[in-house]
Amino acid sequence: MKTDIILAGVGGQGILSIAAVIGLAAVKEDLYIKQSEIHGMSQQGGEVYSHLRLSDRPIHSDMIPLGQGDLILAVEPLESLRYLPYLKKEGWLVTNTSPYENIDNYPDPAQLFEEIRKLPHHLLVDAAALAREAGSARAANMVMLGAAEPFIQVSDDHLIAAIQELFARKGEKVVETNIEAFKAGKAEAEKER
Amino acid sequence: MEEKLFLLGDEAVAQAALDAGVSGCYAYPGTPSTEIMEYVQASRQAAGSGVVREWSANEKTAMEAALGMSYAGRRAMVCMKHVGLNVAADTFMNAAITGVNGGLVVVVADDPSMHSSQNEQDSRYYGHFAQIPVLEPSDQQEAYNMVREAFDLSERYGVPVLLRLVTRLSHSRTGVRRQPPREQNPLRLPSDPKQFVLLPSIARRRYRQLLADRPKFMEESEREDGHNSYTRHEGARRGILACGLAYNYLMENFPGGVPYHVLKVSFYPLPDKLIRQLFADSDEIIVLEEGYPFAEELLLGVPPRTEPVIRGRLDGTLPRDGELDPWLVGRALGLGLEDPEETPGLAVPRPPSFCPGCGHIDVYKALNVAMEKYGTGRVFSDIGCYTMGALPPYNAINSCVDMGASITMAVGAADAGLVPSVAVIGDSTFTHSGMTGLLDAVNKKSPVTIIISDNDVTAMTGGQKPAGLGKIEQICLGVGVEKEHLHTIVPLRKHHEENVKIMEEELAYEGVSVIVARRECVRVVAARKKNKKR
Ligand SMILES: Cc1ncc(C[n+]2csc(CCOP(=O)(O)OP(=O)(O)O)c2C)c(N)n1
Repeated sequence: MKTDIILAGVGGQGILSIAAVIGLAAVKEDLYIKQSEIHGMSQQGGEVYSHLRLSDRPIHSDMIPLGQGDLILAVEPLESLRYLPYLKKEGWLVTNTSPYENIDNYPDPAQLFEEIRKLPHHLLVDAAALAREAGSARAANMVMLGAAEPFIQVSDDHLIAAIQELFARKGEKVVETNIEAFKAGKAEAEKER
Repeated sequence: MEEKLFLLGDEAVAQAALDAGVSGCYAYPGTPSTEIMEYVQASRQAAGSGVVREWSANEKTAMEAALGMSYAGRRAMVCMKHVGLNVAADTFMNAAITGVNGGLVVVVADDPSMHSSQNEQDSRYYGHFAQIPVLEPSDQQEAYNMVREAFDLSERYGVPVLLRLVTRLSHSRTGVRRQPPREQNPLRLPSDPKQFVLLPSIARRRYRQLLADRPKFMEESEREDGHNSYTRHEGARRGILACGLAYNYLMENFPGGVPYHVLKVSFYPLPDKLIRQLFADSDEIIVLEEGYPFAEELLLGVPPRTEPVIRGRLDGTLPRDGELDPWLVGRALGLGLEDPEETPGLAVPRPPSFCPGCGHIDVYKALNVAMEKYGTGRVFSDIGCYTMGALPPYNAINSCVDMGASITMAVGAADAGLVPSVAVIGDSTFTHSGMTGLLDAVNKKSPVTIIISDNDVTAMTGGQKPAGLGKIEQICLGVGVEKEHLHTIVPLRKHHEENVKIMEEELAYEGVSVIVARRECVRVVAARKKNKKR
């Protein structure tokens, strides 16, 4: 078993929290894991990505080899396309649909969706709406984690336990909202597939 | 069972130092090394055992303090990014001559591909230059293990030891097994009271000692159970020399085992004996290394050898610059990998930009107006968030070279007749290396206007406490800036006119002016509000 995930977004959108939840869950399942992160300069409203590799055997490279990723999980549609070189032909692209427009030459979102729909395996999720329904727009990243759940071979129980652990500091309410968001994302993915 | 933690490479180094009985950790922030010190600062273990762990003013002061702690018999670690070692190089080179008393480990994180740096210099050259052992881990567990070994080597041979990291190792998280912690060293003076006195007569003796120890470093390099290992592959004609992280990229391409001879290198000086074997077994050798073609050049020699054929970054088998990755390595080995898909043109770059509301923005807006009558091309700047003033729409600065260079370059340009010349520098950069340049400017009465854009933190690297917090004006006055030409302004839109006016007046003054533009970093303000709410 091996799953290579490229997480993508804009600095501040919480992709490192997604990585942390999957990482914690994978540790609970005794999987090998490597998670490479971007720190420093690129965080200021810039592109942020993380390579997350899970396997039942030791993992060598911290970076996912080009053309071998199983899943691109993006919290922003433009960013979802940036790392296509890493995705394998039969890989999945799962992305949030809300654009984060902080550049003048941001393309027409309709064009972005058209490009994404060219891929054989893609899933577009309105994470913002689902997150609001779950209780907080800020939980959009957990909606996306939920949407990616069917592609990540880590059990639900462990993912939920990891969400609890990660958000415990912020209180019961925040934990609940994030778990709700996760479930909503998952339900959406199951509906679409 | 030993405890297993989920750690960044940087954090593994920090945890290892604590477990190895370090007494002091010294550093100046710099990507990708910053998280080492941040981990030590947050560590309860470090607090409990009284490990010294404050940020230093710059890398040189950090390394000197570490050397002082080593002098006193205790273990010290000093951490920095690759360009930080340029700043600390004087100490570093001379510490190789003084030698150490307590173990001294110098951790340097290189940034191939310049993810957040001005260059991609390779610190292995510094280790070679100083003629001390260099350790280069291939993964986070090795990084953990090597820290303790580095302290032991340092104490065994009485030399500083360099640990070289690279971005992808520093910033990747994985499971790391801990070793049982050990005690710190007691306070103990060097047995030779003259060891650290580098008067020429003593320095010559010390240097000869370092040279005499070279064969011992080679023995370490060639040790059977050491960090360099040679694996023959019966029948193969190709050999691979893989250094540090590059070894993983090799292994990634061969899940079933590598069908070539492989020399894995994680310890320098390079192991003569093992390389001789590799040469004897191979017609062709491919050198895989992150950074410059350091090992490749040594293997090639002068004039470049033709047998066996040496391939790598110099002959185009691999790119000459930038970091490696599994795909590049696979292609270099001729594995017939397909070209990757291209990024669709729609995915335009999203360059870093100022945070909305950042004080640096207001500084540049005012400065651009004040500079209108002189034209462009006169503003020297420095390294920090404020360097983004080089980007549109501001296009406000004309240089960013090394920490502190803004002030001294402005002085030099003014010497050449470019009057007025302007420097824009951050507060942490100012205390890192700008203060001494300010003294030069004051002594020459240089016609320069210096703007210290002070946001009360070291923002670029994540908001560390700056060395000059609350002391900037005092420092300027102490250095000799005239009171009438030292101003503190608040970079806010509502003060724009007033700020422009002050800048215009000082630009017209043919002497040293300093304008401290102070407003707290918006990120720090936001983080504080968020914490309060909780
Ligand atoms: C010799 C050296 N050390 C460290 C760094 C990393 N570095 C770049 S900018 C910066 C901090 C700048 O802080 P400050 O001057 O306060 O500006 P701010 O980012 O807060 O605007 C650091 C530590 C570097 N580039 N060179």
